[in-house]
Amino acid sequence: MNLEALFLSLRLSATVSVLLLVLALPLAYGLAFSSWRGKFLVESVVALPLVLPPTVIGFYALVAMGPRGPLGKIWQSLFGHPLAFTFAGLVVASLFYSFPFAVQPLVASFEALDRRILDASAILGAGRARTFFRVILPLAWPGVLTALVLSFAHTLGEFGVVLMVGGNLPGITRTVSIDIYDRVQALDYAAAHQTALLLLLISFVVLSIVYGVNRRVWSLWLTK
Amino acid sequence: MSRAMLAVQIRKKFRASGAAPFVLDVAASFEPGFTVLFGPSGAGKSTLLDCIAGLQQPDSGKISLGEEVLFDAADGISLPPQRRDLAYVFQSLALFPHLSVEQNIRYGLAKLPAAEQQKRITRIAAAFRIENLLARRPAELSGGEKQRVALARALVTRPRVLLLDEPLTGLDASLRRAILDDLCAWDDANRIPILYVTHNREEVDAIGESVVTIVNGRVQETGAPREVLDAPRSVELAQAAGFENVLRAKVMEHRPADGVMRVGLEDAACEIEIPFGDAAPGSEVRVAIRAGDILLSTEAPHFLSARNILPGVIESLETRGTLVALRVKAGATFQVHVTPSAVRSLGLAPGQVVWLIVKTHSCHLVR
Repeated sequence: MNLEALFLSLRLSATVSVLLLVLALPLAYGLAFSSWRGKFLVESVVALPLVLPPTVIGFYALVAMGPRGPLGKIWQSLFGHPLAFTFAGLVVASLFYSFPFAVQPLVASFEALDRRILDASAILGAGRARTFFRVILPLAWPGVLTALVLSFAHTLGEFGVVLMVGGNLPGITRTVSIDIYDRVQALDYAAAHQTALLLLLISFVVLSIVYGVNRRVWSLWLTK
Repeated sequence: MSRAMLAVQIRKKFRASGAAPFVLDVAASFEPGFTVLFGPSGAGKSTLLDCIAGLQQPDSGKISLGEEVLFDAADGISLPPQRRDLAYVFQSLALFPHLSVEQNIRYGLAKLPAAEQQKRITRIAAAFRIENLLARRPAELSGGEKQRVALARALVTRPRVLLLDEPLTGLDASLRRAILDDLCAWDDANRIPILYVTHNREEVDAIGESVVTIVNGRVQETGAPREVLDAPRSVELAQAAGFENVLRAKVMEHRPADGVMRVGLEDAACEIEIPFGDAAPGSEVRVAIRAGDILLSTEAPHFLSARNILPGVIESLETRGTLVALRVKAGATFQVHVTPSAVRSLGLAPGQVVWLIVKTHSCHLVR
């Protein structure tokens, strides 16, 4: 089994899921609580990665990160080296790829909150920030956990995007799914099977945590 | 403690799909002490409280508390709920489920020093008898305990106005009575305007210093509970106020010297005498009679002061808890409430001939 590829994938998924949570929380708050009429447009953009082939996301990410792309240029001027075919490039592309998996559970859990509880917080003098940290986040934490875990698992399994923007550089961009592909190409089915099975188990455990936690929490608070 | 009066004059239109838009159009002022907002459900009572609290924006008008303007559409003023210094207890109570009772109560005291917070929590917990519940979560409380905690959480902030949206629904009468007593005691000590939404007649009688009736988004009447609710001015209100019998009637004859008039009920099926009211002979009106205000006799009564004695036949009996609801056909069909023991001792049964006895002043003219 290629441990280097596995650890690279785990590092990538952890980085992406934490960054995504930070980005997705304010966006999900806006989507759940604003009454802006055009918000369906934002919702569509957020959901795009669900329907687009990963190669399309990867293609545009590659173009944007290339030496002439906007992201690539900014990165080059800030850090003095190109973005494409680096670990950072993988992170950036994966942020787009897994975005809906972070945003949608958060929106769903925010929208499920009893509005009267948020009203009560405002009446009792709490501003938006206090209401968010003292009431919304604690009550929506199953959604937060779901967002973290789903974006982690989804990033762990990505293939097309990585192939497009990362290539196949051992220790830098060769993730576990690329590794499996390489093994199969080389007809080393035993090694491919080992890694594939591990990925399968990780995904199963992760999803069990999500569903288990959600069931327990909803039954605790919603049936009062 | 401020003794400011709350003055409200607002209008808000709601787009409804298909039906005509609902318009809330209210002008009223609320003195310190209890004012009951009474009316059928969907009349706009909760929306009115939301507007006062700043949770919804009226389209036009003004809301002020003493000298201070909370909302003024013309001047573009609208204080956010956080700065109105009001308390609001919702029908659902909306306790924070993840916080203990003590943390719930402390939530609105964030700006005060810790010692002052503690002092206030101790005092309010005593006033609402929840000292032994402070460590619990809302899920571990009974219905009545939750209601006490919600009141304590609201009042510990020393609000300038208290808004209560059916806070005691679903409690049995004795529990409701006990909580109301504690609330009244708090009111005696603090005197702020308290707006109390309910459609429970018992609560109105227990607390009402004055009643404002709201029907279809508008204030219909203002006054003492007895005046307003014992002589309802509209059919919706009569039904909300617990008049089981609201009958179509036609004015037959005025007898101003006796202070009464005679009306025919339900296409002249029978005739009764009601107090003199503002309705010309020949005009169509409605008469409201409480089912509990009708007496029932199994023999033709004599030597009674009551003016309305109607022979009829029992159509059905239905036991509802501690009362029996009878339908009696006496020309028109009347709902009559009696006790189970009356049913036993008189041997009441369907098909039996009875006489209904209704005092003139138990009949209320409704327009």
